[in-house]
Amino acid sequence: MDKMPAWADAVLVPLFSILIAAFLSALVILAIGENPITAFMAMVDGALMKSTGWGYTLYYATNFIFTGLAVAVAFHARMFNIGGEGQAMLGGLGVALVCLYIPFPHWSVSLIFTIAAAGLFGAAWALIPGYLQAKRGSHIVITTIMFNFIAAALLNYVLVNLLKPTGAMEPATASFPAATHLPTFFDMFASDGNPLFRGSPANVSFFVAVLACILVWLLIWRTKLGYEIRAFGHSETGARYAGIPNVRITVIAMLISGALAGMMALNTTQGEAERLVLNAPEGAGFIGIAVALMGRSHPLGVFLAALLFGFLYQGVAELAFWNNIPRELGMVIQALVILFTGALDNMVRMPLEKLFLAFGRDKA
Amino acid sequence: MDYAFLLQVLDSTIRLSTPLLLACLAGLFSERSGIIDIGLEGKMLIAAFFSAAIAYSTGSVWMGLLAGIVSAMLLSAVHGLASITFHGNQLISGVALNFLASGLTVLIAQDWFGQGGRTPALLSGGRFSELTLPLAETLRPVPILGPLYAEVISGHSILVYVAFAMVPLTWWILYRTRFGLRLRAVGEAPEAVDTAGVSVAGLRYAAIAIAGVLCGLAGAYLATGLQAGFVREMSAGRGYIALAALIFAKWRPWYALYACLLFGFLQALSLRPDIVEAVLTVSVPVQLLDALPYILTVIILAGFIGKAIPPRAGGDPYIKER
Repeated sequence: MDKMPAWADAVLVPLFSILIAAFLSALVILAIGENPITAFMAMVDGALMKSTGWGYTLYYATNFIFTGLAVAVAFHARMFNIGGEGQAMLGGLGVALVCLYIPFPHWSVSLIFTIAAAGLFGAAWALIPGYLQAKRGSHIVITTIMFNFIAAALLNYVLVNLLKPTGAMEPATASFPAATHLPTFFDMFASDGNPLFRGSPANVSFFVAVLACILVWLLIWRTKLGYEIRAFGHSETGARYAGIPNVRITVIAMLISGALAGMMALNTTQGEAERLVLNAPEGAGFIGIAVALMGRSHPLGVFLAALLFGFLYQGVAELAFWNNIPRELGMVIQALVILFTGALDNMVRMPLEKLFLAFGRDKA
Repeated sequence: MDYAFLLQVLDSTIRLSTPLLLACLAGLFSERSGIIDIGLEGKMLIAAFFSAAIAYSTGSVWMGLLAGIVSAMLLSAVHGLASITFHGNQLISGVALNFLASGLTVLIAQDWFGQGGRTPALLSGGRFSELTLPLAETLRPVPILGPLYAEVISGHSILVYVAFAMVPLTWWILYRTRFGLRLRAVGEAPEAVDTAGVSVAGLRYAAIAIAGVLCGLAGAYLATGLQAGFVREMSAGRGYIALAALIFAKWRPWYALYACLLFGFLQALSLRPDIVEAVLTVSVPVQLLDALPYILTVIILAGFIGKAIPPRAGGDPYIKER
């Protein structure tokens, strides 16, 4: 028996969850002595009312699209890839190696190579957790958490001992050659009379992220592999009886997930920093969890949720710049969104189901 | 390396193992009851903040400890609400609580103290002082054992001794009491416990309440014992190392002690890379020492050194059939 229509489960439950999270966030802002409404207006003003604000919003959104898609693909195979952070770090290493050691004639050529390198390195970092989950039954959540820490230590070692230019103090690589610099939105859209997106980091990798959304949609709903991933996610035993090899699907889903997380480095490392720094993902791997949960693991949902989180990030940064509110407010809001959409969703669903049952009975 | 150096390393091993051990035992209670707890880190962090903040404002470290325990138990209660009452995803709940703790602690610290997300440094009344065990100075001249007793075993804050006393206590509760038997049962076969007429939800809430208390102790030790005040992200991944230690120990109390001592030892070594180099005569990257607990855990998880089998019902919400 259907307790409530599918649209209600897909739209109403997340909507109410977000509203509760927003309400609690407003209470938090109130509690630290600020006005939630003026704070919200300041966020809108800083993130959406100027083209530079949009440049930052879209820059953050690009990161979250990649990491959100990464978590979403793993969710379809009923796996919780919490290792996006580490996979993105390794993706950054791939990007850095390619940019530093291959002399490219033009950025467009370098982009093809860096996409491949970021994907390969990210996928490689997801391979061992995926394999261990499939073959030895070690829990993917724990192994990917461990791999985040191992990635941080590895990157620290590589940057300090191998890639740091001699004489430099900061653990970071040298700046990438100019031929690998990706065009920013300012380069692409600004004209002399109209300096759009000035000083903002959004760059061409946003379009790579949009393309990734489309490709993931095609993969999940229009290919045999995507069907197998979804079947495996719905029922492991069912998939096995249908002749879908469990080990292969687990590993492949994790490889795709890791590759997507790794590609986040295109935006941060190649697009913005133009060199590899320590902790380049800055928590975007974890925000991918919130984005995938809110977007219901659908590429369109992930895209919209990533935009929302991009707005949130840029808005909170503006708020921190102008008012006495720490950037950590963004982390609190993000935590509340994850909590209510991902873990306390039944708190909303159960009363809604009762409501629909009551009204359904009246009609019958 | 001489004996004095070894004693120094062992002394910091004890200090660094303590928060790991408390958090690890917290995870043990929780996971043995079938509730996976990724949120050890967040509970420790929030307890560290509130214990330092309240200890600073009241001048009493005991009030601070109480505040730390209460704050960690509140996060436990949210985790329980999500994973027991509303059958939600325990992993996601834990992840969310970790973020909540990271964000809230800095936000409140900035609002209360305005020092960029930290509490003011605690003076002596706001910290746990170091206890000198009886006869520590008298026995010091005894060769080998005397300095060991005086330097390594004596001279820690009360929470260190509490943490180590928790190991036999946990063992006794789990294996020698009715509550412990039921707790272990509810993590393996909740339907059997339910059939016997014992409340599954009640047992699980009790388990995570204990986990909250232990995480509260761990956090309070970080901010008022190990250091003098709260700084942002001061738990620094210890909750995850504790989780790793729990797997390493295969969810058993005495092994948890050994695992936490081992990981604490590795942390102590990574603070003194010069000693490691002198002993091994090769240079070991300090990053390798940092990563070693995680690498060892992955190897254990892969089943190459005995298989780590978690409690069977771990992670599954229990839904009573009608």
